[in-house]
Amino acid sequence: MINRIAVPDLLAGLFVLMLGLVSLWQASAIPVSPLYAQVGPKAVPYVVASALTALGALLVLEALRGGWSANIAELAEAGPPNTKALGLLGAGLVLNVILIGPAGFSIAATAQFVMVAAAFGSRSVARDLLIALPLTLGVWFLFVQGLGVNIGAGLLEGLVLRLMGREVF
Amino acid sequence: MEAIDGLTLGFTHALTIPNLGWALLGCFLGTAIGVLPGIGPALTIALLLPITFQVSATGAFILFCGIFYGAMYGGSTTSILLNAPGESGSIITALEGAKMAKNGRAGPALATAAIGSFIAGIVGTLGIAFIGPVIVDLALLLGPAEYFALMLLCFVTVSAVLGGSALRGLTSLGLGLTLGLIGIDLQTGQPRMTFGLPELYDGVNVVLVAVGLFAVAEALHMAWRHHAGEKAEVRPVGKLMLSRSDLRRSFWPWVRGAGLGFPFGVMPAGGTEMPTMLSYYAERKLVAPEHAHEFGTTGAIEGVAGPEAANNAAAAGILVPMLTLGIPTSATAAIMLSAFQSYGIQPGPLLFETQGQLVWTLIASLFVANVMLVVLNLPLIGLWVRILKIPTPQLYAGILVFATIGTYGISNSVVDLLLLYGIGIIGMFMRRFDFPVAPVVIGMILGPMAEQALRQALTISQGDWSVFVTRPGSLAILVVALLALLGPRIYAVWSQRAAA
Repeated sequence: MINRIAVPDLLAGLFVLMLGLVSLWQASAIPVSPLYAQVGPKAVPYVVASALTALGALLVLEALRGGWSANIAELAEAGPPNTKALGLLGAGLVLNVILIGPAGFSIAATAQFVMVAAAFGSRSVARDLLIALPLTLGVWFLFVQGLGVNIGAGLLEGLVLRLMGREVF
Repeated sequence: MEAIDGLTLGFTHALTIPNLGWALLGCFLGTAIGVLPGIGPALTIALLLPITFQVSATGAFILFCGIFYGAMYGGSTTSILLNAPGESGSIITALEGAKMAKNGRAGPALATAAIGSFIAGIVGTLGIAFIGPVIVDLALLLGPAEYFALMLLCFVTVSAVLGGSALRGLTSLGLGLTLGLIGIDLQTGQPRMTFGLPELYDGVNVVLVAVGLFAVAEALHMAWRHHAGEKAEVRPVGKLMLSRSDLRRSFWPWVRGAGLGFPFGVMPAGGTEMPTMLSYYAERKLVAPEHAHEFGTTGAIEGVAGPEAANNAAAAGILVPMLTLGIPTSATAAIMLSAFQSYGIQPGPLLFETQGQLVWTLIASLFVANVMLVVLNLPLIGLWVRILKIPTPQLYAGILVFATIGTYGISNSVVDLLLLYGIGIIGMFMRRFDFPVAPVVIGMILGPMAEQALRQALTISQGDWSVFVTRPGSLAILVVALLALLGPRIYAVWSQRAAA
């Protein structure tokens, strides 16, 4: 178990290393300020990016020495990822992004709600729809009217507003 | 006494109808989200940040603090009845509390948790009122160099000292610091780390990151680990009464827990995990011999009373560095700090002077919230149990509805949603590989403040870096930070040598 390369941990380490290198690149791309300053805009980004790169390298080193996941019971005992649930949930999120522009928040979020509930094993689409529609509409009104968040009315919100005899904005 | 005058002023404002209303709403919401697994105070306050454009600062902070305190109360209910901690500070409570519930003693466990939380909340809030002004006086002596050193210490403790691994904690912090750097540099106006994208000039939104890490990542990670048919059983509550012997056995653990928790919260070591753990071990050692066998078997009431008190006292303590120094030591405090910033208020030593009324009203409201919470929690336990029974599919689907609107509401941009999902995916892998997420949020909010302090210090010293080691205050703090970072490792090496 010791001294075997832990591939997932290695990938995680490499990802951090990559983030560090990208930050270094971005730090070097900061234009030098024409203004006088004791510490320019580049200094701290360089320090942070170097630190992240060094941490990534250390994580890679640890992964090459066997990694850390195997030593954490919770991680080691976990079963394989549930790809079906993850897939459904991911599809719900994608559907939301596609629908939210053309159809508005409530319809997009309802579609997402049904997909996410299905991902976690809910079998009754009809019941989830019945929960989701009033919930998303209620949340929309709460945020728009209560918190003053500016989210344009979509198809469903417009319909409800018109039924209430109010102007659609 | 400054504290007495302040509290008198505070109570006259806290006891007005609107402010009582905010406190009640906060306590109610806080308990509900504390009860629900998978949703915590940091996420809730992040989602409610738009409220800062609508209501006065006082109202908003009373609401936020009610949520913060309420979540601590609610978390224990979940720990005891479901054996799954609702909040990180309630992990220890689940040890004995769930065993008591299993043996039909859920009622006394809930009662001792609620009353212990109340006592500790009152002790902790008194601590804020009396220690806060003292720390402010000290803090006024600090210059930018000391501030920078203090923030470094905070970075070290939240990332390297707490949690499983210093390496992974520091990596999380580095990620947060990097996110915090994105955008226009305030001193020189240069865009930094933006890949040349104008969309990033304003920086990455804190709400987006918090929602991504706490809601989307949590849902994705749960889906990853989800297995059909897994549903924990909610234990029946039974009678919510403390017998005379329960009361006698709970009293000293409450007091000790409160005494242990508060200083831990105040120190920039942030977090409620460590004091609850210490309180648990202390009670286990100090328990009367005739009850010692209950630990780990039928569930000992001392093991619920102590940690729950420690948890709430630490939560109160966390507000001290936030209000007096402007330094957040937990993710929730960091989000509250960004709420202060959106009002244009800079928490720090001057807050008690410039915003005295706000601060003291807030502190007085914390007392009010504590009373409300103990009243809400015990008689309304039936309601919280029903919230606890919301099935997982609908719960996570609902959380994501709030995540969507909270993010989309920032600027009606699909790009924000994609960024949210991207951060959610990173957060999911962070959970998978045991990287803590709180340092990301703290780094993102505290990082820019630390950079500002650094640059101010160096401007004052005319670019002389030795200022950090020649000023005694700064040097002392840096030495502590270094010890906190390296101490455990040096000790490990030393004890290995000693053993060999």
